This record gives sequence, C-alpha cells and structure tokens, in this order.
Amino acid sequence: MNIVVCISSVPDTTSKINFTDNNSKFDSNGVQFVINPYDEFGLTKAMMLKEKYGGNVTVITVGDISVEPVMRKALAIGADNAVRINTSPLDSYSTASAIANYLKENEIDLIIAGKESSDYNGGAVPGMIAELMNLPFINACIGLEIENNTARLIREIDGGQEKVSTNLPCIIGGQKGLVNESDLRIPNMRGIMQARSKPLDVIEPESNENLVESNIFEKPDAKNACKLIDANNVSELISLLQNEAKVI
Amino acid sequence: MSILVYTESWNGSFRKSTFEAVSYASETAKLLSTDVVAISLGNVPNEELEKLGNYGVNKVISCEKINKEDAESAAEIMHNLINDSNIFIFSNTYSAKMIAPRLSIKMKAGLITNIISLSEDSSLLKVKRKAFSSKAIETVVVKSEKAILSIAPNSFKVIENSGMCEITKNDTIKTGRITVEGQETSSGKISLSEAEIVVSAGRGLKGPENWTMIEELADLLGAATACSKPVSDIGWRPHSEHVGQTGKVVAPNLYIAIGISGAIQHLAGVNSSKIMVAINTDPEAPFFKAANYGIVGDAFDVIPKMIEELKKTK
Repeated sequence: MNIVVCISSVPDTTSKINFTDNNSKFDSNGVQFVINPYDEFGLTKAMMLKEKYGGNVTVITVGDISVEPVMRKALAIGADNAVRINTSPLDSYSTASAIANYLKENEIDLIIAGKESSDYNGGAVPGMIAELMNLPFINACIGLEIENNTARLIREIDGGQEKVSTNLPCIIGGQKGLVNESDLRIPNMRGIMQARSKPLDVIEPESNENLVESNIFEKPDAKNACKLIDANNVSELISLLQNEAKVI
Repeated sequence: MSILVYTESWNGSFRKSTFEAVSYASETAKLLSTDVVAISLGNVPNEELEKLGNYGVNKVISCEKINKEDAESAAEIMHNLINDSNIFIFSNTYSAKMIAPRLSIKMKAGLITNIISLSEDSSLLKVKRKAFSSKAIETVVVKSEKAILSIAPNSFKVIENSGMCEITKNDTIKTGRITVEGQETSSGKISLSEAEIVVSAGRGLKGPENWTMIEELADLLGAATACSKPVSDIGWRPHSEHVGQTGKVVAPNLYIAIGISGAIQHLAGVNSSKIMVAINTDPEAPFFKAANYGIVGDAFDVIPKMIEELKKTK
C-alpha cells in the first residue's frame, strides 16, 4: 500500500503570534514549529496501516528549507521517505497544485491530509488536491479501515456523523479520532538516528500561481479585564449578561 | 453577473447559517449593483424555498435530486449553473468545506474561508478572515477573476425584509463515488457550531452524572452543550462536543466555561466568542484572563443558583 501523508509545519499552539514588515508577514522569530496537530493523527494512522498491510509511507510538504526539521520528525516517527516541494506556498491553490502536480506522476493508494492547518485554518488544500487529481475526498474523518480495495470511513457532518465507503485511491482530511490521541507516535532515539539517513527529496515546482493574496494581519482587540462577581451574588452575573453584555 | 449563494438545508429546512450566507450575498450584491441567485440541493418544500426571498434572494434553483453530502456531484451541478457569475458565497459548514474546494478548482476561483467581514472595496474583493486559530485577523485580496467566499458561522448578521423570489427546478441526477452506509444525527439539539450560546464544562464537574445541571442550564438559555478535551478523552461526553484546538471551533455570542481551567489549546477553539464567562474554584485559572466575566466558586454551588435565577426571570 502506497500512502502519502501531507504534512504542514505550523507554529506550536503556545507560540505568541506576531507580524513583521508592516504587519504583512508572520514573524517566525523565536517560534517553535511543529507538525500540524491534525496531520499527526494521519501520520500515525498511516504507520498503523503500513504495519498491517505492508507498503510505503511518504510524507510531503510544500515549503522552503525551514520546514525540514518537521519533516525529519515525521521520518523519525516512521515515514519511509519525504518529499519537499521547494517553494513558499502563497495560498491554498498554490499548495494544492504543487502537491497534485507531483503526485500525479506516482502510483498512490491513499492520501491523508489534516482537515485544516492550525495556522491559516483554510481547510481547502485536501479538497483541491482531490479535484485536481480526480479522487474521492472524505473530510473530517474520525475513523478509517481498509478492506481490499475499499476504504470504510466515519466522517463528521453538521449535527452528527456518517459511515461512508469508497474505492481506493482516495484522499481524506483527518483529525482526532482517526487514531486515539493516546496512540499518537512520538519519535524515539532509534527513529531519530534512522531519520537522518532516510531520503528527503527536494523537488522544484512547475509553477507557483496563487489566486488570493494575503494583504495585512491584525490582532483582535484586546479584551477588557475580567469582571469578577461574588459567588454569593449570582443574580448580578445574570443581570450583567442581560443588561450590559446583552447576550441573554 | 449575479451573485450565487449555496443555501444549505437540513432535512428540508434552512438554518441560521444559511440565512447568514444569504444576507452576506445580498449585501455584496448591493455593493456591486446586481442580484442574488440561490442554489439549493436535495428535497426542500416550496414554502421553505420562498422564505429565501425575505433575505434578498431574487431567484432560487432547486436541484432536488442532488445530495449535499455528495460533494463531487454538488460541485459539478453548481459549476454547470454558474453562467457568467464571478462570485459564489458559502457558509463554512462541513458540507461547504467539501464542495467549495472542488468548485474553486473547476471555476479557477480564489477560495477564502472563515470570512468575518464584507468586502471593503467594490472594485476588488478584499475581506477579513480568521487565522492562526483566531489569534489573528488576516485581510486577503482576491487576485483571480472569480471568487468563492465562505463565511464563518455566527460572524454575520441575518438581515430580514420581506421579498419574493422566483423558484425554478433542476432535475439533473448525479451520483459521486462515495457511498453513504449510515448516518447518526443528534437531531433536536442545537447545533454546536451555530449556537448563539454555548454552555461548556470540564473536569471540574467530577463525573458524567453531574451533567444534568449543565443540560438544565443550557435548556434554560437555549444553548448548546460542549466540553473540554479531557472530558471527551475520558468518555464522559462524546467527541462531537469537544471544543478546542483538536476539536470544534465555536464563536457564539456567549460562551460559559464551567470548571475548565482554560489551557491555550482550549482557548484556541473558543476565543472568538463575543462574551466569555468563567466559573472556576481556582482564582489562578488562565480562563479568567480571557473571560469578560468570572465567578471564583464551586460549580456545584454556582450553577444551581444560576438555574434558579434564570427560572425567576422566565
């Protein structure tokens, strides 16, 4: 089974978010980058499928050299090889096109991406890859089993969940539930040593076209200090919510 | 050059997020001096379709034989119905997240998700969106001739007037490559991503049996219930109720956090709520830094009092 896991390198959730160049660019100074949390579930699921059915797990990332530490981490967790498409992604379309153009040339059974990245939260890349490669796409996946050539999945929908099936190859947008959080793999010393010698190919993209452009960033207005209300005066809270905040 | 809007329905009726998208579409249409055409998928009765006129839709095309969960067919029919339109509006729901990316490739349209503002400019589309797990707001500009704008639920006001819309039917039949084998819906309850008020509780509640009072409070407020990650991990509440970084992202008008300390991963999922209330025994709980109102106290003491007070005002 040939599995491709799309990985995004994102700022750790606890990072302070700042911008530079007149607030037009994300300031990566002093920021710790990690594997996008949604992608981690997909990577572990890919490892489990490989252990069960054999095959190969490739991780793919679009980005400049700064994303390589996160890719090495994915190799240390157990991916067999990595592919970096050497360009700075400009929008979802440029990212999806770069990945689809490269993957079109390969025999693939399953592509796993995260349902969104925790930085730009666009959630559009896996669906775009699906359309560009003419594959079925199952988003917000919380369960996946493979039987012969069929993928059986559980996905979240508005107000519930759905059991679906489709033929391979297909692409999924994964999240927590794909595997349990307690089963997420972390790199061990042996994995880290092995990762150093695993192949990490750098591919130049055919083009880098974008359809939308980031203009400027701002931070939400700072909140006023929390108004504390005495625990014996709950009626005051209700009255503040009714008359001051006007939310109930 | 009409503005198109996808009017998503659930069991034959429209919900608030659909009316938000329609209101957004008609405001955009005003800015560009054009009209609004809605596309509805699945079986929706005429009297429901007519309602769209009150929110500014001029014409609705009802594709009764297309299932909205079949994104491949949905994107295809939408693409066939575009004509000369350049702008397509969605509400950023689960099914929109599957359809819009496919449609954007077919149209070669720039796709912007999580939008929280109308376009600032009539000559080019320039909108604000949530980014970095709501820790920042990004202004983006569409470069392509065509655009798909997907609106964050609960970020745009529903504008209702009275109006009429023309209804046409499209009988195209299509089936995609995904087979639905079963569905489980939590019907009857208020959908978490759309709810205006969310009552959420954490490990401070000590056990699943104590959610009775949380549900009673939510009922009185017309709120949806949610929980923190540890609570869904231990299995006290279903995963579908987990809000936070790896769970759902919500943006209600009022978020009440009971016995939730307020870890940064939890706040990432709730920090664009308009008003937040924290109730916690620990005065040092980080949630008090993010909240607008707070009570340092025991949930088992405070919640029954809140219920009592709310019953009085009913």
